[in-house]
Amino acid sequence: MRATTAQQDLLRGIWRENPVLVQLLGLCPALAVTNTVANGIAMGLASFFVLVCSSILVSLLRHHIPAEVRITAYILIIATFVTLVDMLLAAIVPDIHTALGAFIALIVVNCMILGRQESFAAKRPVHRAALDAIGTGTGFMIAMILLSGVREVLGNGTFLGFPLFGPNFEPWIVMILPPGGFFTLGVLMLTLAWWTQRGVRRPQPRQWPHQVVSRDAATAAGGD
Amino acid sequence: MGDLFWILISAMVVNNFTLALFLGLCPFMGVSQRVATALRMGGANIFVLVLTSLAAWFLNRFILPGAPYLRLISFIVVVASLVQIVEMTVKKLSPKLFRELGIFLPLMTTNCAILGLAIFQTNRGYGLVQGLFFAVGAGLGLTLALVLMASIREQTELSAVPALARGMGLVLILAGTLSLAFMGFAGLFSS
Repeated sequence: MRATTAQQDLLRGIWRENPVLVQLLGLCPALAVTNTVANGIAMGLASFFVLVCSSILVSLLRHHIPAEVRITAYILIIATFVTLVDMLLAAIVPDIHTALGAFIALIVVNCMILGRQESFAAKRPVHRAALDAIGTGTGFMIAMILLSGVREVLGNGTFLGFPLFGPNFEPWIVMILPPGGFFTLGVLMLTLAWWTQRGVRRPQPRQWPHQVVSRDAATAAGGD
Repeated sequence: MGDLFWILISAMVVNNFTLALFLGLCPFMGVSQRVATALRMGGANIFVLVLTSLAAWFLNRFILPGAPYLRLISFIVVVASLVQIVEMTVKKLSPKLFRELGIFLPLMTTNCAILGLAIFQTNRGYGLVQGLFFAVGAGLGLTLALVLMASIREQTELSAVPALARGMGLVLILAGTLSLAFMGFAGLFSS
């Protein structure tokens, strides 16, 4: 693994290696509870908390966990924090706890969280692991808000419960139902693919040998 | 008996784990390129789901009443051990299948469908037999979704899909369409 700076650790997960939109991890919660923005934010915060706490603990214990049982150890650590979040949400916001239902408990099996433990927290000092977890957690949060925003605005005509359109708006009910989750994420991924490939897709002029040589001149002139 | 039948049908098509509840999306996206592999993955899933259902019933009945806060932790430990056993069995009995399923076999530990089944079964207070029917229904539903998806993907490989849409964007849109079709089954329970 190549060395990274602390700043890269923090920023990487937010956009360039966004867990949901780029790496396609943690899709189950990302699609299941994003029918309203409030649910999406609650799930984002809960996952953020579990991810940061488990990364810190795994990183602290990284010299003590035997390699053979490391995955089990990580899962136990994650499950402990999820149980904590489950009880906290039930005590503080019972409405949201009911709306999210079993999906709070299912944070345990969010591959995004286990993936960060295995590929990052287990090998890095605590502050780096925490930064990485904060970045990835924020990236997950952004994806949740994007998805739930699109779905609630189109499917219900509201954002966080505030009506956006006039009384004549006919909500696209399908967007808050299960198919809407798949469609929204699919369209988001297509848009992202278009965005990242927009420069590449232009037909390249055929390059003859003399043109290849002249690339040096182009580079010197500032183009690449 | 009719009750049990409806539990099975409900878990299989009406509340299909993958297409209505978004559980088990990783294998749904990852192992759905070939129909044959999808079928075997479905089979492995049914097997693990049934074992999990039995184990969850046992835990709920005999152990967890004394310590309800350990529910999630004990479930995940049991699921992880079961998957480990299945992985060793498959590796021993069919190395070819083991290679085909690849990383998705050990990843079944973090397959939300398995843990989800244990949690739903507990929340709904299913007994032993109801739990088994629920597990078989959920497993058949997963297999159905996987095989349908794999069949569609085998077809799209031969069609002229724009380069931009090759990959997950297309798979998600297809999944949405399948999910839309499965919503039609919701009417089964109107009576």
